[in-house]
Amino acid sequence: MSDFKFSKEHEWLKVEGGIATIGITKHATEMLGDIVFVELPDVGSSVEKDGNAGVVESTKAASDVYTPISGEVVENNQAIVDDPAKINSDPENGAWFFKLKIKDKTEIDSLMNKEEYEKFAKESGS
Amino acid sequence: MYRWVERVNVGIKKTSLNKLHKEYQAKFVEFAGYEMPIQYKEGIIEEHKFTRAKSGIFDVSHMGQLFIYGEEDLVKDLEKIFPLDLQNLKTNHSKYSFLMNDAAGIHDDLIITKLESCFLIILNAACKENDFEILKQLLNNKYKMVLDEKRSLIAIQGPKSAEILNQIINNTTSLSFMNGDWFEYENQKIFVTRSGYTGEDGFEVSLSNDLAEQFTKRLINKGAKLIGLGARDTLRLEAGLCLYGHELDIKKTPVESNLKWAMSKVRVSNGGFIGSKIISDQLINGTKQIRVGIKPEGKVIAREKTKIFNDSELLIGEVTSGTFGPSVNGPVAMGYVDNKFSEKNTKIFLEIRGKKYPANICGLPFYKKNYVKGANK
Repeated sequence: MSDFKFSKEHEWLKVEGGIATIGITKHATEMLGDIVFVELPDVGSSVEKDGNAGVVESTKAASDVYTPISGEVVENNQAIVDDPAKINSDPENGAWFFKLKIKDKTEIDSLMNKEEYEKFAKESGS
Repeated sequence: MYRWVERVNVGIKKTSLNKLHKEYQAKFVEFAGYEMPIQYKEGIIEEHKFTRAKSGIFDVSHMGQLFIYGEEDLVKDLEKIFPLDLQNLKTNHSKYSFLMNDAAGIHDDLIITKLESCFLIILNAACKENDFEILKQLLNNKYKMVLDEKRSLIAIQGPKSAEILNQIINNTTSLSFMNGDWFEYENQKIFVTRSGYTGEDGFEVSLSNDLAEQFTKRLINKGAKLIGLGARDTLRLEAGLCLYGHELDIKKTPVESNLKWAMSKVRVSNGGFIGSKIISDQLINGTKQIRVGIKPEGKVIAREKTKIFNDSELLIGEVTSGTFGPSVNGPVAMGYVDNKFSEKNTKIFLEIRGKKYPANICGLPFYKKNYVKGANK
């Protein structure tokens, strides 16, 4: 997971070529509890760094999903829409949320690496 | 990503099972001034399903256990408050009811049980102190009233509960629904009723705080599991049961909340209780709004305060509770709509994050009840 980057809003991001795959962290899923609904941004839509890019709902509450970087949505993961429980079981791999065509690579620089994120998640307790 | 964080305050009240909740890795929330478990490590869906399949233990010790002592006069005075036929209520029998104001607005919903020379009233945690003051005033301070903080209240719910409890307290299976009795446990008197709020067969056990933990451990040893408030909410919602502060509040009446079944027909027609004039008027003339079940067509969850529209985009009401129902395996909700649009199968639209999603008015409960009406042999 060394090539993963993380946001303070508990999203992960993995870059391959000009495309970033984005999902929510295991830590986030543990805090949310059982996820029962997910809404993803449409393919072809543009999202802005730190802007809304979907919703996840657990049995407890609805939470916004934010995108850690800007770009155009090139793919979204219908498998998690059909079976949101996958987000709890495989959050940092199969249950990715959407893929972006990266707009500005420098936006990735401000994100945390795995170690930094783990420290952040532990300290923020949220 | 999530903004849902609940902090635990200093000076928060704890129940006698707090240590046990921690041992079982509870996640806590503050609820009505108490540190209560929202879920344990398996999560809400597993806890919900376990209760429906086997037996769940719920710490409801935060709820008020109010004992009011008195004889014939008390029965008459309580009838001036509650829309119940208390004169004909047998000892050890329970009724669901409400404490209302003059406008029939609901201060609290409650379970009242007639005991030998007293009544036991189970009150919502957030309302119990206010209820106590209201009742004290309404009863003119004539009777001894004890809001007993020395007793815990533990609910055991689900199809295996009768079998499990009977291994610990013999003969509890003889109780029928909404019926209770005193039993001997560790040389103390404990009060057990066959009741609950999950749509399952079950019991509520009132016992002294010092027995609560060991009693609960024995239930766990017999195969029951601790269940948090999260699953309690999904269970009661599937069962179509109201939660105070959501479906019920001071601005809603029992007629609007579709709870007229809980009022004695004789008492309602004769009147003479607080709010009775409004109740009769509403029963004759109807109400503007009424509580209904709501089944969204897709997977989207309509949370509390979601606006409800009819098929010609007229705002007709609001959701009061909404979640994912694990046994229904889909979203479920309750809310209030304009009476004109309250018929079952009426197509409605729920406005969620700016988009309108189709749903239908439906009957309640979402999940069929499994109460035991008659006593087991």
